[in-house]
Amino acid sequence: MSQSLQDHRGRPVVAVTGIGVVTSLGEGLDDNWDALTAGKSGIHRINRFPIEHLRTTIAGTIDFIPYAPKTAPALTLATGETATEEAIAMAGIGCPGDFPGQLFTAIPPVEMEWPRRRALFDAANPEIADTYGRMIDIACRTNDDYEYRSTLYGFVAECLAERFGTKGAPISLTTACASGATAIQLGVEAIRRGDSDAALCVGTDCSVTAEAVIRFSLLSALSGANDVPEQASKPFSKDRDGFVIAEGAAALVLESYDAARARGAKILATIRGIAEKADDFHRTRSKPDGSAVIGAIRNTIEDAGIEPDQIDYINAHGTGTPENDKMEAMSLEAVLGERVKQTPISSNKSMIGHTLTAAGAIEAAFSIQTIQTGRIPPTINYRMPDPTIELDVVPNEPRDENVSIVLSNSFGFGGQNACLVISAEPA
Amino acid sequence: MAREVWITGIGLTSSLGEGLDAHWRAMAEVDQPQPVIDRVRAAPFAFHPMVPLDLDQQIPRKADQRQMEFWQRLGTYTAGLALADAGLVGDNEQLSQTHMVVAAGAGERDADADEGILTGISSAANPENFLNERLSSDLRPTLFLAQLPNLLAGNISIVHKVTGSSRTFLGEEISGVSAVEIVFRRIRAGQGDIFLVGGASVAGRKDMMLQRAIGGTLWAGEPVSVWARPERGGGTVLGSLGAFLVIESRDHAEARGRKPYARIGAVLSQQTRRRPGEAAAAAQRQFDEIAEVGGGGPPPVLSGATGMAQATAEEQGLLAALIDQGRISTVRGSANILGSGIEATFPALMGLGALALSRRGFFRPVDETGFEQPQSETPDRIVATTWGIWRGEGMGVVEAVD
Repeated sequence: MSQSLQDHRGRPVVAVTGIGVVTSLGEGLDDNWDALTAGKSGIHRINRFPIEHLRTTIAGTIDFIPYAPKTAPALTLATGETATEEAIAMAGIGCPGDFPGQLFTAIPPVEMEWPRRRALFDAANPEIADTYGRMIDIACRTNDDYEYRSTLYGFVAECLAERFGTKGAPISLTTACASGATAIQLGVEAIRRGDSDAALCVGTDCSVTAEAVIRFSLLSALSGANDVPEQASKPFSKDRDGFVIAEGAAALVLESYDAARARGAKILATIRGIAEKADDFHRTRSKPDGSAVIGAIRNTIEDAGIEPDQIDYINAHGTGTPENDKMEAMSLEAVLGERVKQTPISSNKSMIGHTLTAAGAIEAAFSIQTIQTGRIPPTINYRMPDPTIELDVVPNEPRDENVSIVLSNSFGFGGQNACLVISAEPA
Repeated sequence: MAREVWITGIGLTSSLGEGLDAHWRAMAEVDQPQPVIDRVRAAPFAFHPMVPLDLDQQIPRKADQRQMEFWQRLGTYTAGLALADAGLVGDNEQLSQTHMVVAAGAGERDADADEGILTGISSAANPENFLNERLSSDLRPTLFLAQLPNLLAGNISIVHKVTGSSRTFLGEEISGVSAVEIVFRRIRAGQGDIFLVGGASVAGRKDMMLQRAIGGTLWAGEPVSVWARPERGGGTVLGSLGAFLVIESRDHAEARGRKPYARIGAVLSQQTRRRPGEAAAAAQRQFDEIAEVGGGGPPPVLSGATGMAQATAEEQGLLAALIDQGRISTVRGSANILGSGIEATFPALMGLGALALSRRGFFRPVDETGFEQPQSETPDRIVATTWGIWRGEGMGVVEAVD
């Protein structure tokens, strides 16, 4: 019997054997990677809904995936399905409709949307004075099964689980903008526990509506640099003024290294370390001393059993908000010390925008592709360096470099900090 | 060897009161437990309203209270009760190591803002532009944060200093099952020593009722026992409910000198497509698996049956068969006394089961159909079931610790 591969804590090593990606740059890992390493932006003027009265009129919406009806849950599902199909096909695992593991899905909060709300209100009995009472009254007689199902939080995962035949009850989750990383962490933990040999981890978010844009605008989180959409997302630049809201999905097939080897699967990378640390300072801001972000990074490096100076590349959270990028740089310096200045770090969000719930999964997929190809995607729109952020942000041009260990950061509102250490297949 | 998993803190809030004594009194000690029902505010739909809470007791800073709407306040308040019950308040060293899994629904919409838009939009020259204009001027920035599901956990971190990690599960009833299940699995496997897990649900909220109404899931008129509803078309009566548990490894609890309410024997989840018989077959398999864990007499069951016709009829059929086979003693439908608490249901049932074991008793029937019978023996195990209104089937068992 062959020796099983365990990590420094005696846990099964977790391999990635399949990836699927959809972003505003396109469908599929290859197309995305070509665009990303060519420094292309997927950000464009919003044409899904009128932009009058909006402070921000640009986004990285997904406009090429067919879906119906025209609601956020339907597009979130369609995009998630596309990414999942690609990942499972790449992994060559299981049989069609029969994935041998559990599903962990990061999804955006969804709810009934304005066109539906309006239709109910307009059709309702005007003699009922209370607005919601009026809609509830007609809703009871409407009995719209799809509207009901698709506005349940379990909808997207339920449909993915049925289509791909994952095992057990699927888990839907949100940790705001760290959600994609959390989905991967749950899958890693399941395999480390020996619950199963495989897990399907998906982050999908296509929730750009007028109300969503306005809500983020009201928090002063979005860039207002509408004139040239491709140049609006400028992480780590001195003139950065917020993130660009975007859509996308990624799926990762995780397997125990032994099981993947036994079935002859190609191993793309291993998820070597995972950790989190919650912040108790503020609902949208990090502790000024960075201790929660620093804690998440430190815990992840420790979980991976590596030293900070073994990190070859950092896939930044890098949203392009004044606060995030400063905090991320400061926290990295606290953990990596002087070496942080020589460690390449780049933000995929400079090109694909902030895909919110999906970001952690998409950026994990691109981190793996960085290891696979030895090419680091750039941080584009880096024209005005911020003197207070002394990082090698791989400005504007991709760079060819041997990368075997990546740190991928994800932070979110609500004190969410989740990191991954992704590593090349063990030699 | 898997580690023992103990429940060492319980926070409960509902229409019956707050805290363990209030629930034990109202559900076990009184001769005839009486549900508290509001028939007016959401008529024709009745619901079980939350008792008034003195928020200052658990959320001392008004500034924090102002950043939340009632759903997050309820959850944050109830989490505080659980942490206090587990002796963690003020122990910042422990709290910084405590992991959190919250089962969340959506936060509140601004009904006034929605009303203003809906009443004006039809006469607007350009409805979509009108929508943008009004949303931009009417929405409050803080309300976005009050709507985000993961901001319940975020507020618990801020108010109670729980900062080990923070995860929020979504997906209605089954998210509450998965949250407890993942905590159970992680502790058993050594992936963490101490966790705060639970959820909250506010009944009578019209934005949520609209979502339930369009699925035809609400029971209209005077509530009857969930066991009587399937033959009358079925439907749910929602109940406000907050339930948080502190769950830790036995070693961890003993090291800090804490006694358990109960040990968790198993937590199982499944999600069938609900074709006829599927959910019952899944629950049968779960029960068979649970029956292998630990011995003792036939346990009573705390069922989260919602009153939806097919699911409740199937679950009752299974439970009746298990009673006939002498494998369970009797059943309590928690919705009869508390209403249906969606994400909070399963954490509440596991907490109530642990409470009953620690008080060496059980809850009284609240059921005019006679399906729920008195429990004569002192149980040493209690089974909890939670099936979602739409999907998801979960089961767990708590065991007495000698």
